[in-house]
Amino acid sequence: MALLEVKDLQVRVEDREILHGLSLTVNPGEVHAIMGPNGSGKSTLSHVIAGKPGYEVTGGQILFRGEDLLEMAPDERAAKGVFLAFQYPVEIPGVATMNFLRTALNAQRKARGESEYSTPDFLKKVREVSKSLNIPQDMLKRGVNVGFSGGEKKRNEILQMALFEPSLCILDEMDSGLDIDALRIAADGVNALRSPERAMVVITHYQRLLNYIVPDYVHVMAKGSVVKTGGKELALQLEESGYAQFEDA
Amino acid sequence: MNVVLAKTDTGRAVSTSFALARERLPGSGKVAEQRQQAFEAFERAGLPHRRIEDWKYTDLRVLMREVLPLAAAPDTAALSRAEAALKLHAIEGTRRLVLVDGVFAAKLSDLGKGEKGLSVRTLREVLEAGDGELLASDNSNPMIALNTAMATDGVVIEIANGTVLEQPLHVVHVASTGTPAAMYTRSLLRLGRDASATLVESFVATEGAKAYQTYDSLIVSLGDNARLDHLRLVEDGLEAFNIASAAVTLGAHAQLNTFGMVSGASVSRYQPTIIFAGEGARVDTNGVNLIKGRQHADTTLFMDHAVPHCASREVFRAVIDDRAHSVFQGRIVVRPDAQKTDAKMMTRALLLSDEAEADNKPELEIFADDVTCGHGATTGALDESLLFYLRARGLPEKEAQALLIQAFVGEAIESIANDSLREHVIAAAQRWLEARA
Repeated sequence: MALLEVKDLQVRVEDREILHGLSLTVNPGEVHAIMGPNGSGKSTLSHVIAGKPGYEVTGGQILFRGEDLLEMAPDERAAKGVFLAFQYPVEIPGVATMNFLRTALNAQRKARGESEYSTPDFLKKVREVSKSLNIPQDMLKRGVNVGFSGGEKKRNEILQMALFEPSLCILDEMDSGLDIDALRIAADGVNALRSPERAMVVITHYQRLLNYIVPDYVHVMAKGSVVKTGGKELALQLEESGYAQFEDA
Repeated sequence: MNVVLAKTDTGRAVSTSFALARERLPGSGKVAEQRQQAFEAFERAGLPHRRIEDWKYTDLRVLMREVLPLAAAPDTAALSRAEAALKLHAIEGTRRLVLVDGVFAAKLSDLGKGEKGLSVRTLREVLEAGDGELLASDNSNPMIALNTAMATDGVVIEIANGTVLEQPLHVVHVASTGTPAAMYTRSLLRLGRDASATLVESFVATEGAKAYQTYDSLIVSLGDNARLDHLRLVEDGLEAFNIASAAVTLGAHAQLNTFGMVSGASVSRYQPTIIFAGEGARVDTNGVNLIKGRQHADTTLFMDHAVPHCASREVFRAVIDDRAHSVFQGRIVVRPDAQKTDAKMMTRALLLSDEAEADNKPELEIFADDVTCGHGATTGALDESLLFYLRARGLPEKEAQALLIQAFVGEAIESIANDSLREHVIAAAQRWLEARA
């Protein structure tokens, strides 16, 4: 069974239709890149999959392992294994990162009927993952993302991905605001999580990120739907020819 | 403002109540005279109402309507109810001083093995000895005047020069009265030069104590270089009224760190006046209201920078659910001589329902020219983008809200220096959040 099936999805924000009949199928183990110009609806797709309020689905469906994702609250989706790495992770002053990680992980486990992590196991795991992502321990004591640099915020997203072990990771513009070194650390973190059971959807405007996270499929989005699908070489072609050909269509 | 009013039924009821209570009120001669004058001052003004600027948001004529008769002195049954309630509100490691229905309960208090330099007496003892100094307060505030007239008891705590009191003092006001009645207490805490102490005040109710009124007045004086950590927790029953004031005077280089939390009482009003009397003193005052239903909680603070080189910080957070109403009025006065004053006030209200109400009224009156003063106030709902982030990470809606509310009040709670007291307050806040979920 496909992990994620988006079928003929139509989405409105206020009076404007942003997605007009978008379809996408993602199987376990696959990495899909979604590329496209600004305003093509890439981020809208990621938000609707994660369940962000403010979007009205007027048609189509989203199935996650055959279940209707649109019927689920955002926290239920997370517990089922959907993870959105935010383009702009929010700052939450007063909520210590470590406390947040533990609360979130245990909430997900509780929703799945699993036992809560013991404190030593949890700490050991956080330490391991944060070390591999070059996240200093004192960062985990600070408020969630408070005073973090752009790169630190993105690494914190990947840290969560590694801890929660979702089956579907959606990376929304992970490369925005990152210099080349920060990008490499983040991409290494993502690559370490690639597995036959886990699928990834990498949303990006630029081909650059795909040098580090090499996709199996590349989809081009324009004006609210997928206009072209190909292999990783499609990204390189786009780099040369640009998006204009799709926007004029 | 002068508002002349004919005597209402309520007014007559209070007169009768005072006449009946007189026999039981400690002190004679000059003390009785002070009470009489204070009572006359209260009678002239009556209960404060919205046309008096200070009481604009807390109209006691509407909210409270009447002053209840004086509560009976607690009997054995009342004391055992109080003992049960104390178990729920005890804070480990503190020296407990208990007032039940406005009367000091020696049996429930820790009076043994006083630390050197600590003296504890009751207000009753002091007044009966003819010392009326504690009743010599300003009669212009009718509620303080009423308290002066009716104060039955309280604790009079004196800490000698240079004494560093290790054990926090916990003054617990327990209401146990099963019939609607009023209780009046007045207490003093005097810290000598270089002394330091921690004072916790709790207002709680026993099982069965419902529509009571508690009137308290606290007088604090800090000698030069003294330091007081003060915690005030209003956990009264949800039908109760708590009308209180504090008058604090700080000597040179004295430090006051005060934190208040209101989660109980139907209507509460706390009116602290803080006066800087010596240079180089500092006050940090923090407050949290956690209110729901139709609760009304008012903090009206007056910070009087009378001398130069003093600093004050106010951080006030209100979390308001249902149709509750939170009021914060913060007035800072910087007198002409008080150069180099550094005063800042920040209030934030979090509205959890469309019908919740917050009134924030900062007032700065600055008469000196070389000062740093500022204030800010915000009111809003929980941030949707933060809620979504937490929910996208697996937190159900109520848990996500609870985490954000904890964070919201956290900054004020963090100001509590003593670890076990801070934990006590965090646990109380958590209970409030859990009751909500």
